Amino acid sequence: MKFDLILRIGTKLLLPFILLFALYVQFHGEFGPGGGFQAGVITAGMVILYAIVFGVKAAKRIAPQALVERMVPLGVLIFVATGVAGLALGSNFLDYSRLAADPPHGHLLGIFAVELGVLVTVAATMTAIFYAFVERGR
Amino acid sequence: MESLINIVLLTLLAVVTVGIVFQRNLFAVVVLAGIYSFLMASVLIVLDAVDVAMTEASVGAGVSTVLLLGTLHLVKSIEYPSRRSALVPMLVAGATGAALVWATFGLSPFGAADTPIHTHVAPKYLADSVRETHVPNVVTSTLADYRGYDTLGETTVIFTAGIGVLLLLKGRRRRNQAGGERRKMGTTA
Repeated sequence: MKFDLILRIGTKLLLPFILLFALYVQFHGEFGPGGGFQAGVITAGMVILYAIVFGVKAAKRIAPQALVERMVPLGVLIFVATGVAGLALGSNFLDYSRLAADPPHGHLLGIFAVELGVLVTVAATMTAIFYAFVERGR
Repeated sequence: MESLINIVLLTLLAVVTVGIVFQRNLFAVVVLAGIYSFLMASVLIVLDAVDVAMTEASVGAGVSTVLLLGTLHLVKSIEYPSRRSALVPMLVAGATGAALVWATFGLSPFGAADTPIHTHVAPKYLADSVRETHVPNVVTSTLADYRGYDTLGETTVIFTAGIGVLLLLKGRRRRNQAGGERRKMGTTA
């Protein structure tokens, strides 16, 4: 399907800013609203927008389907691994106190890792479901 | 001013809901559902729940709309009128709605600070969060740290739901392909 020039160029211009906003929501979640969940959805939204305007083939070049489908469990594994790391260092499951030299920084690190896991799973799940729907339609 | 904004938003929500109920064109229903989510996000902003509002706007209005449009791509976009009588479903829905409204009378007054949910662990989180985690946004530290177990559960739910949808959509396709191939072989033989 051919779309007009303005839509294509406009999308191309928007994409980096959408990704930047997703990263901002992810890493600024400690200070403002947002976090892994919202950032994941925005990231998936970027891929979906790209797929709608430029075609699924092009989208699968920047976000290959096999990679996306592997990322779905990867995020949960990152989350669980963070919890197990606390366990291995002698505290409770999902207690981040001992991840760094002092407890507050350990918590900061733990929250970062956990949010990363949420981001990976949410972004990948949304994108994978979108790919699956598109494939069914053929 | 705030009550005026609330009245406008809630009225629009009711209008959109009635529109969704009476609309037979599913494309219009999807668009109305997106509008509903945006209105809901605005309501949540008025309630100072920006994190939830952001989720509602991105998930409800963004990705859900795209996925519902993806579903419309697979099915017909007109809802056929049901042949069965709508009486029983209407009674069930009406009774559930009435029960829910009745239950709201048991809730504590809106915004009251001395209710159980605000007096149990919330004050500790609010007081100690910055010292214990160095995270200024208490929503983030509650979700990812104090309530990390719950968030792990939520992430697992998304994972499970995603895997389920993928299996449903992809599994059917493979079987259809196999069937098509068998049919093709039958005609050549």
